[in-house]
This record gives sequence, structure tokens and C-alpha cells, in this order.
Amino acid sequence: MNSSDVVISVPELALGVLLVIALAAVCRPLSRQTASGLVTSMGRMCLQLTLLGLVLKAVFDNVSLVWVALVSLVMLLAAGREVVIRQRYRGPWASDWRTGLTAMTSGCFLLTLLALLVVIEHEPWYHPRYAIPLLGMMLGNTMTGIALTISRILEGAHQQAPRIQARLALGDTWQDAVRGVRIDGIRQGLLPVINMMAASGLVSLPGMMTGQLLAGADPMDAVSYQILIILMIATGAGTGSLIAAHLTVRQLFDDRERLRLDYYRDVDSDGSR
Amino acid sequence: MNDPPMTLLDIRSLDHPVIHAANLQVDAGERICLAAPSGAGKSVFLQCLADLLEHTGEVFFDGQPRTQFSGHAWRQQVCYVASESAWWSGRVIDHFPAQVTLPLSALQLDNELLERSPSGLSSGQRQRLSLLRALARHPRVLMLDEPTANLDERNTDAVETLLQEWTGEGNALIFTSHNVQQQMRLATRRWSIRDGRVEAQE
Repeated sequence: MNSSDVVISVPELALGVLLVIALAAVCRPLSRQTASGLVTSMGRMCLQLTLLGLVLKAVFDNVSLVWVALVSLVMLLAAGREVVIRQRYRGPWASDWRTGLTAMTSGCFLLTLLALLVVIEHEPWYHPRYAIPLLGMMLGNTMTGIALTISRILEGAHQQAPRIQARLALGDTWQDAVRGVRIDGIRQGLLPVINMMAASGLVSLPGMMTGQLLAGADPMDAVSYQILIILMIATGAGTGSLIAAHLTVRQLFDDRERLRLDYYRDVDSDGSR
Repeated sequence: MNDPPMTLLDIRSLDHPVIHAANLQVDAGERICLAAPSGAGKSVFLQCLADLLEHTGEVFFDGQPRTQFSGHAWRQQVCYVASESAWWSGRVIDHFPAQVTLPLSALQLDNELLERSPSGLSSGQRQRLSLLRALARHPRVLMLDEPTANLDERNTDAVETLLQEWTGEGNALIFTSHNVQQQMRLATRRWSIRDGRVEAQE
């Protein structure tokens, strides 16, 4: 791959920045908040990506398993935080984090390892040029699936508490009582992946493939990489959602199979007080 | 039959922040009315007996401590029916165990109701069906919260007759009711709540 075909200079980047500032200026009379949101989030994006570039450059220059592991850990924790703060209903923080991290680790790490060791087979297998972007794409998608699954289950359990209680009162097991809520959560978590697979290549050009094409890669090479990535993302998001659903519904009940919504607090109603 | 009646439920102690009880027994064939003003903790007490709310204490069913039962196994024997019924499936029939014969006509209900959606029924129909739904699972102790709140006189009579027959088969009933006549007609014994404590009345 000849990545030096397209090099973007600072004035070219500045042109892009000006375009967003112009957009913000147009939006300002309509909504000041939106305009300032555009500018500040653009600033954050530029800063974060620049920092990431510096970190990646350092890691690429010193290929070492320790550095790759460290960057992976930071990425995992950031994704875990994203899953937790997206929830309207929060349980005890330790169990929230445990659910998010367990689901993501099993959904992402094992599959990324599998792809690196069995499919890509680069030497060394942990080379950051492959390991970090792969893990990043896996985490990004799996994180969304897991966050959707957990929030759907917790919101469903709160909305449908009388139904769950009625089934428990009749002597149903907790698994039966919560079945509908659980299925709904898994369906919700997998929907983005199903849509993504169905729309790939027709409606959207996937991000990784676009990047490779822009950088001058052969289209068929880019496609085969992309298919592999999408298959892994689908498996990772699916596994992550299933595990997140299992752990989340288990936490809704205590050891006497009672529904324990009192373990959770509603962040939305906290904010409005 | 001169044998002493079998004790189905033996409440040696039960403690919840709003309600307490000690040394209460429920024998087979009894129909106990739990009588107390609104807000005294009747529903909380019944839900504690069904182990749906966290509490401490020692309760025995048929001589076995509750700790020997899993949560759902306990509730299959000691079943609570709330005053407002909740339904989780699209058709009424899906809420009943398969291949069960339901005494629908005893409660003046038509067979065709089973195919309908619960949301399309009247509150009185739902209330009677939720009682049948509990009875279809064969509990030994049934706890009913205001079982006839939405029913007219004729249907109230039908429910009371069914409950009398059912307790006559060796089961036990604990119920709440704001209707004093109903308490007199249906109850064989009364419990009351004073200062957060459930007491048997002689």
C-alpha cells in the first residue's frame, strides 16, 4: 500500500476547519447552542485525533507488546466508560462496570486476537499497525451494541415492572419473568449491525475501506479486509450483546428471585430535580 | 375426620420496615381476612409472605422453612394476586398453563375471551381471569388483594362461591377487602394491623 500518495498539508486542514466555522456562523442565528457545540466539538476532535496520532506514531516506532497492551487497555476503559454513562438507569458502579467490561472484553479481545493470529498473520502478530485499528473498530461497534442492549433491558424492566412482578408472584422463574425484556434488549443491540451489513456497499462505503481506497489500496484488497472486519464486528457485537443481556438481567434479581429495581437510580430524574 | 387441621403457613416472625408479624398460623381450609385501613401495610405484608419484598424472619410452609425453597418454588405454593392484574402476552390463553380446564362458567366468563387480547377486556373480566390464572397453577395458599374490587354483586357472589369451594379442598386463603359484608360472608377468621403489627383476632 502506498500511503504517501495523498499527504494533507496544514493549509488544507485549515480550509476544512474554516468550512465548519462557516457552518457554525450560519447556524448561530438559529441556535447559539448548536453553533458553539459545533465549534467546541470540532476543537476536541482535532485535539484528540492529533494526540492519538502522536501516540500511534510513538507506538509504531517502538513495536512492543507492552505498549500495545497498554493502549488497548486505555481504549477498553474509555469504551467501558462510554457504555456506563450512556445509561439512564445506574446500578452500583462496580456491577455496571463489570457488566460493560466483561461483555466488551469477550466480544472484542478474543475476536481481535483470533483475527490477528489466524487471519492476518503479520510478524509480530501484535504489530500496532494492525492490532490497534482492528481493536478500535471492534470496540466502537461492540460498545454501541452493548450500550443499547443494557439500556433497553433496564428501561424495559422499569416500564414492565408490574408484568414481571405478576409473573414472579405466580411462581414463574426469574428467567421466564424477564424473557420478553431480555429478547428485546438483544434485538435492539444487534439491530445496528444487521443494518450495517445489509447497507454495506449499497448505501454506505464503510469507513475502513474508504480510508484504504483514499490511501491508494487495490479495491479488491480493501473489500476483502472490509468483509473480514464486518464479520468480526457482527460476531463481536452479537457476543457482547448476549453476554451483556445475561449479566444485566441477572443483576435485576436477588438470590430470592425478587425484582430489585431499588438497586437502580434514574439519572434523568436526578437531573431534573 | 377428627384430625387437627393441617397448618399450611406458620409465620414465626416477619419483619419489614413498615410491617411486623409473629406467631401467626394459617390452617388448611381457612379464609382469613386481613382487615386494616388503607396505607396500613396490607399489600406489603402479603408481598412479604410471597417473598416478593426483601424482609427478615422465619416462615414455614407445610413444616418446611422458606430457606429450603427457591424463590419461585415458594411462590408456586404461596401465591399473591395484586388488585390490578398485569398481562404480558397478546392473548389471554397464553397466560395459562397448557392443557388446563378452567372453571370459566363458574365465574360467568365465556370461552371466547381466552382468544382475545387482555387489553380489550373489561376490568371486571380481567380481575376474574387473573384469579383463574392463579388457581390454574395449583397454589396451596392464595393471597388476594381486593379480589372483587371491580365486580358487581352477581360476580362477587360467584367469586366467593368459587373461593369457598377451593378452600374446602384443603387450601387456604388470605384476602383483603374494604367491603365489611364480604368480610363477614367469606372470612372464617380475621387478622388486623395495629401500629405496624399484624395480629390475629379471636
